[in-house]
Amino acid sequence: MLVLLASCAILVAVLRHMETGIPFIPGQERSVWLIEARVDFMAKGGAVSASLSLPDKQLPGFELYEEQSASPGYGFSIVREYGDRRAEWTKREALAEQSLYYSAQFVASDKVDPATADPVREHHPIYWDDAQELAAGQVLSRARETSSSARSLTRELIKLLSSPSSDQNTALLRSDQTSQAELLMRLLDRAGIATRSVMGLYLEDARRRQVLTPMVEIHTGEHWLLFNPETGETGVPLNLLLWHRGGVSVLDVTGGRNSRVSFSMIRQTVPARQLAKAQNSDSIFSRLGVHSLPIEEQSMFKLLLLLPLGAAVVVFMRVMIGLQTAGTFMPILISLAFLQTSLLPGLISFISVVGIGLVLRSYLSRLDLLLVARIATLIVLVIFVISALSIIGYQMGYSTGMTITFFPMIIIAWTIERMSILWEEEGPHEVLIQGGGSLVVAVIAYLLMQSPLLKHLSFNFPELNLVLLALILAMGQYTGYKLSELRRFRAMDDI
Amino acid sequence: MGMAWIKPARLRELGMLGMNCRNVEFINRYNDRRLYPLVDNKLKTKLLAQEYDVPTPRLQFVVREQHEISHINRQLQDRETFVLKPAKGSGGKGILVVIGRAGERFIKSSGAEIGIADVRRHMSNILAGLYSLGGASDVVIIEDLIAFDECFAGYSHEGVPDIRIIVFRGYPVMAMLRLATHASDGKANLHQGAVGLGLAMNNGACLNAVQFSRQIESHPDTGRALSDICISGWREILLLAAQCHEMTGLGYIGTDLVLDKYLGPQMLELNARPGLSIQIANGRGLLPRLRHVESLKHRRHVSVEHRVDYVMREFAEPDTLEGRVL
Repeated sequence: MLVLLASCAILVAVLRHMETGIPFIPGQERSVWLIEARVDFMAKGGAVSASLSLPDKQLPGFELYEEQSASPGYGFSIVREYGDRRAEWTKREALAEQSLYYSAQFVASDKVDPATADPVREHHPIYWDDAQELAAGQVLSRARETSSSARSLTRELIKLLSSPSSDQNTALLRSDQTSQAELLMRLLDRAGIATRSVMGLYLEDARRRQVLTPMVEIHTGEHWLLFNPETGETGVPLNLLLWHRGGVSVLDVTGGRNSRVSFSMIRQTVPARQLAKAQNSDSIFSRLGVHSLPIEEQSMFKLLLLLPLGAAVVVFMRVMIGLQTAGTFMPILISLAFLQTSLLPGLISFISVVGIGLVLRSYLSRLDLLLVARIATLIVLVIFVISALSIIGYQMGYSTGMTITFFPMIIIAWTIERMSILWEEEGPHEVLIQGGGSLVVAVIAYLLMQSPLLKHLSFNFPELNLVLLALILAMGQYTGYKLSELRRFRAMDDI
Repeated sequence: MGMAWIKPARLRELGMLGMNCRNVEFINRYNDRRLYPLVDNKLKTKLLAQEYDVPTPRLQFVVREQHEISHINRQLQDRETFVLKPAKGSGGKGILVVIGRAGERFIKSSGAEIGIADVRRHMSNILAGLYSLGGASDVVIIEDLIAFDECFAGYSHEGVPDIRIIVFRGYPVMAMLRLATHASDGKANLHQGAVGLGLAMNNGACLNAVQFSRQIESHPDTGRALSDICISGWREILLLAAQCHEMTGLGYIGTDLVLDKYLGPQMLELNARPGLSIQIANGRGLLPRLRHVESLKHRRHVSVEHRVDYVMREFAEPDTLEGRVL
């Protein structure tokens, strides 16, 4: 029966491979990013038109491969307006919440920036009062003193603006709530340097609800140069897609309010041509594949489809090896968190949160609390510990401190409670055994789950998870000895 | 000491029962899940035992609600000794043994004194489910303290020695005596450092003794030679264990019994997933005996007496068959 199940799964996978041409090993070629922009707004009831700025077909580091829109009931067209490519959705009548989707596939390319020419000057209206005008002049002259070119002037300005010990001038300029990018552009405007505002999208695999990051481009006289207005870094980072360069606004909605745009993205290891074929062909496989879902759901599935792998690891470690873990499937949750944090920071933060939690818990045990209240207290404390660690990590310059929040709080609180009882009743030795066991299982599951081959297979051939299921079922019927029992029963050799 | 590992082939030769095999072939096959609450809840076990006339420490009273705890001192006032335990606890967790009073204070089995506040906190922890599986809410059982049988004097540190007998389809198949030690902190769990003594099925004589999976000759705290131990009234004990099969309907159980000075053998609790260490204590595997019982035609020995006489004959130890009976 199990053999049948496994061979069925493999057969389906082979058929899918033949039908859609998705390879079994992740493509070594260029990776493809599927990006979905979602525009949400509240329609007022009348005619609606929404216009979203779109990236150019040729971008530094990326090339547009295909684009499509899915918004039932709306007229859709892509227009060019003052050199800006824009998507336009229109409808005669719309009421209540509306969601419009635009999705595109980008292929990573190593072409140089095609948009080097024409320093079109963007005008940034300045409404500064006299004091601010004076302050701007002083800041500029200070930056000029220590710079020699448009490039170094911009760098010096960013330094001045973002130094924490800012003087009165910069504080005054910032007082009217303008963003750093906007402020920088105004100052550069005053200095007579051509600038344009850029909205960039940081690409990270399987992320949802992302927003655009404001950037600033300056024209050095020969070409455009991108600056990160917060850090002063120059050039286009490899994982930054320039969604919006110059032009009017990112999103315009008439006939609606509360409009916003958010992005989901997913990285494909399938060659672009095959991916397109897989998505657009009418075969049963493409309809039943994960690819037919919106990208927002796809990125969720990418994670979900990895779970059976983690479950199989837990079963293997417990049934065949005999490793003790705290909580049956807690290790999977930990390894999922590791997927977000990457291994070492994840391990360090997990161990420190649980460690600090145990210390706090030992104090709580003196307070005579009811169990439910104690766990609730622990949850609150764990949140505080995590916030504190994030803040400390951030202040020390590790942005990884923030990733701690991916750990499921309630699970951590329960882990601390159980570990602490274990400590009181069986001693620290048992805590080390069970905690260590959980971590070992979590790390192994993590290592498997982040392997590119297994990621590729589980996502593009979901039916292969049935092979895992067959394996799990087979292990469930295993009646032989566990590896740990060979050690546990070693005294039997003397008898 | 032998090697750090043992070959699987050698384990198979010894007939050792592994955890996977126990779960799949015995617990899953012979224990109906529906019946688990009868043994997982000690209150239900106790009430069932009273119904079936199986001797068990007398139930004094039960605390079910948090508000009962506030006036608990009225109920505990005139009680010199008692045992307080969670109904759904496992592995001996959460058991408080009071062996005497010092005025208002209670003397624990370890000799430490605690006040009524400590007892109250312990009770509310039990009610909140601290000791129960998955933190389910629980009730507190207060029962009579066992009067320690003199025959174990010098063999146990603090805790009461108890006898674990595996009963398969009503046939007692293997037995061991568990002695608490200083290392086990008065608890009778082998993995915590209690001494496990394999007992001969025909007469209850000591076969082999282990602590921390290592063979030992004498009690680590008192130094008394362990090989002299032989349990008196062995047949009564086996009868009591075998009776538990009829009482619960479970096919594969571990029965925990104690000897009371005045009342004789008492059933303390039952376990639907009994551990495997009993094999180390006996120096032999369970599988040959389990397979033997499996091969018996069902209902060949209808009565408890028949089954006990059968195992005393069938599983007798050749070297202890004559003599050494107290």
